[in-house]
Amino acid sequence: MKLSKTEEDMLNGHMTPGEQKAMEILVALGEIYGAEKMIPITSAQVSGVSYKNLGDAGLEFLKDWAGSGAKVKVPTTLNPAGTDIENWKNLGISKDFAEKQSELIDAYKAMGVTPSCSCAPYMIGNAPRYGEHVAWSESSAVAYINSVMGARTNREGGPSALAAAIAGVTPYYGLHLDANRKAELVVEVDCDMRDEADYGALGYIIGKKIGSKVPYFRFAKKKKIKPDWLRTLGATMAAAGSVALFHIEGVTPEAKRQSMVLSYAKKIEVNDLREGYSALNSDASDIDFVAIGCPHASIEELKEIAGLLKGKKIKSDMWITTARKIKDSAGSLVDEIEKSGAHVVADTCMIVAPIEELGYKTMATNAGKAACYAPSHCGLSVRFGPLKKCVEAAVTGRWS
Amino acid sequence: MRGSRSNRKMELRGRIIKKGNAEGTALVAKSPMSFFGYIDPDTGVVTEKGHELNGKTIKDAILVFPTGKGSTVGSYALYRMKKNQVAPRGIINSECEPIVAVGAIISEIPCVDRVDIGKIKTGDWVRIEGDKVIVKEKQ
Repeated sequence: MKLSKTEEDMLNGHMTPGEQKAMEILVALGEIYGAEKMIPITSAQVSGVSYKNLGDAGLEFLKDWAGSGAKVKVPTTLNPAGTDIENWKNLGISKDFAEKQSELIDAYKAMGVTPSCSCAPYMIGNAPRYGEHVAWSESSAVAYINSVMGARTNREGGPSALAAAIAGVTPYYGLHLDANRKAELVVEVDCDMRDEADYGALGYIIGKKIGSKVPYFRFAKKKKIKPDWLRTLGATMAAAGSVALFHIEGVTPEAKRQSMVLSYAKKIEVNDLREGYSALNSDASDIDFVAIGCPHASIEELKEIAGLLKGKKIKSDMWITTARKIKDSAGSLVDEIEKSGAHVVADTCMIVAPIEELGYKTMATNAGKAACYAPSHCGLSVRFGPLKKCVEAAVTGRWS
Repeated sequence: MRGSRSNRKMELRGRIIKKGNAEGTALVAKSPMSFFGYIDPDTGVVTEKGHELNGKTIKDAILVFPTGKGSTVGSYALYRMKKNQVAPRGIINSECEPIVAVGAIISEIPCVDRVDIGKIKTGDWVRIEGDKVIVKEKQ
């Protein structure tokens, strides 16, 4: 790899030990992926925050890295933690877990990372512009900013995104290059796309089929697609497969500017979403937990949920997870939702919180990504369907 | 080398992932490995059911396997093993992927890939010197 003078200095230990470690990681990855050089980044998003996933191993490493004087050089935001930082007691999270979680976040803070604790930082101020190179490691956010915002990032792991933030650069390969952003597959969707659950089901089918390839969608029924539906499509493809970029004809910015389909692209037709729905649904009928907000809920989603819950009391537990900044800006919406008995939970989500310790057996969700991960990651039987149906399940305690 | 009269010795070359020198006894797996969830971080014992190294310890070995798999937390798990003094002394892969690469770098464990690992057997004495891998066959 060709390195600049500053990059060489970092690598050779002429700057801080923290920067040397960061550059060693980036050079090794650059060599593995055949990058010719590094490219400066404008922001980073770091995953690997929940104590449930990192354990003492991650905690020790992050403390040591922070202790070596490492500081981020670009605005860097943090993925969801394992618990609501302020309100863990009410959710039934243990004190020990909450304390370890705080230690982890403190280590990130010491490195200059903003403790935003959200998987959707693009909604709360970390929003890259078209064509900007960044290093992000939350798979749903990677899919969203690449596809819907036209930014450029590879699907980083937690340590490599943090290393990029500390060095201020990332290896120049993969989705940073024009040539790799074109679609190898055209997906023709003929069926009606009614709501977020339909986009989740579609995301599951395509993610399973194509792995990490770039798809180009053509929807036969022209209908306005809500931004939240695009979020769930990308999040589910990134969970069921490892899709990091997709295009939609007439919708996503790169597809609007130029042809994004490779000449040899193959075609996939989708006429029916049943395959997705049946894979994401168990046969559970009693529902003891309803989880909404994966990716973290937007203000629009909070409004819709408040409307559906108006005047109702819920029987099962219900979390609506979002970024603290969004919760704080939601005003009376939070009270309106919580009057029903539901919790508007900040900083965490149903996947990275220690849900299995809270005694739940079954979960209903409208999120394709959560439905992919909850069975293996949290040991839950899942019901997956649109928001309206999930709210009904919360009220009756049953999936019908 | 002393005492190498009766042992066949060979020199392989690879690509440096984490530069350094290390030597020890080879522990060889033919299938991919994950440091997260499948190796006890306190003892270094492999706990992956059905894996050929299940029940064996990676402590102080030169660990040889084709490539990594699983969660990115694996990088941190390797770091924890190093701190617990149960990590391997060196790592040799056919094709190193980011989880193992990052794990080896942050744990300061010499690591080489693009090595013909079919030539190394469990029990062989192996020395990693930068991009060189010297193998002395077990008698």
